[in-house]
Amino acid sequence: MAAVKSDNQHRAPNASALGFRFLLLAGLSILLLVIDNRENYLDGVRKAIGASVHPLRVLVDAPISTWRWIVDTTTSRNELRLENSRLQAERLLTQARLQKYAALEAENARLRALLEATPHGSERIRVSEIMSVSANPFRHVIVVDKGSRDGVFDGQAMVDASGVVGQVIEVGLLSSQGILISDPDHALPVEVNRNGLRTIAVGSGDFARLELPFLPNNADIKEGDLLVTSGLGGAFPAGYPVAVVDSVTRVPQEPFAAVTAKPAAALNQVREVMLIWPTEPKNTAVDATVDTAVDNKDDAARDDAREIAPAAAETSDE
Amino acid sequence: MSNGRNNRRLPVLMSIVAALMLSIVPLPTAIEPFRPDWVALTLIYWAMTLPRSYSVGTAWVVGIIVDVAHGTLLGQHALALCFVIYVTVKFHLQLRVFPLSQMTATVFALLALYQFLLFWINGVAGLHTESVTYWGPVITGTLIWPLVSMFFSGIRYRVRADR
Repeated sequence: MAAVKSDNQHRAPNASALGFRFLLLAGLSILLLVIDNRENYLDGVRKAIGASVHPLRVLVDAPISTWRWIVDTTTSRNELRLENSRLQAERLLTQARLQKYAALEAENARLRALLEATPHGSERIRVSEIMSVSANPFRHVIVVDKGSRDGVFDGQAMVDASGVVGQVIEVGLLSSQGILISDPDHALPVEVNRNGLRTIAVGSGDFARLELPFLPNNADIKEGDLLVTSGLGGAFPAGYPVAVVDSVTRVPQEPFAAVTAKPAAALNQVREVMLIWPTEPKNTAVDATVDTAVDNKDDAARDDAREIAPAAAETSDE
Repeated sequence: MSNGRNNRRLPVLMSIVAALMLSIVPLPTAIEPFRPDWVALTLIYWAMTLPRSYSVGTAWVVGIIVDVAHGTLLGQHALALCFVIYVTVKFHLQLRVFPLSQMTATVFALLALYQFLLFWINGVAGLHTESVTYWGPVITGTLIWPLVSMFFSGIRYRVRADR
């Protein structure tokens, strides 16, 4: 039936015109490939096309978020109360820990000031939701729902509650792409938390494994060692947990030991990641640092007081 | 007239959009390597049946969108799709009269060509993939082709009947 119908749609296109168009488009693709591989002039183009793909991502994400919404709204009161009390307990614990941390931070700043060392910068953190995970299994890329409108920048570090997840490689207007630390093309400067031994953790293409290929046979590393970011690459702030060493194989005739580590973050389970904005440390005057630290502490104390007051009122009512 | 043309365009565009969405839906890691290449299958079908309207130009534009959506090198999927669709259009008359088994075998060859081109461009750009599962989409794509082609011809005839 299709062949009988002699309408324009079904006639064969002019062969030479087709060949010409193909050669033209192929040439254009190769040009784009070369430019994109060498330079980054095409970021604007990517951003523009990425904005048009955004509605598709939202649509794809819709059933999952609807399901989550349904689950959220239909949880029973009892479950909510249980969860609430659990979270309250957790909050108390973390607050207690944070108090100690604030004091330590102030002390650290003071001591570094005495040593005239550059104080560590602090960081601003924002939670963003993962919209999709890489479609290509050999490239571990995720898309998150924050873009240049929210101040995301190229190379920004992404962490989750338990460790480093990856870094931003491409920023769109409303969403951006990040590469995971397990991507075979990703390498991350790390140090062993126990002794400060510096090395590089390379992704393996497997979500549950990182490789440390540059450690000599006599390096002081063993199973169970925690690897943290060293901050040397410039992309990641120092001190975030990355992975735990899970196997060390030393073959005497090989120059390097075969060391693998298990990422601390659950790379294939995360739904939210935190984006980190480093704030420049104030290293102008010694006093300034100490002052701000004290100010922060005062603020925190005042906040606490404000929070405690209504709670006390409630208990007295009962 | 324009209404008729819109009527005919809409299902094709919708099928391409649906294919793009299927290609970015998150899947469990275990079956991720075996996701059929929906975009390539859809484009091959439309290029084979309506080569006048949907040929290398459409393939190129869709390829660029795929590149951006998947974060690959800009032009990679565009080039591969363009070449595969060129071959499809070139042989569309033969393809149309093939019985289903022979057509499926040809689609296998086209998908293998597509995946090989992507592999080759990755290799030139220095992104090597050695795993055997890289070729998974070729197998699953071929297996699902009979269903895809039946589904699309269903759509095509229904649209025509409506007109």
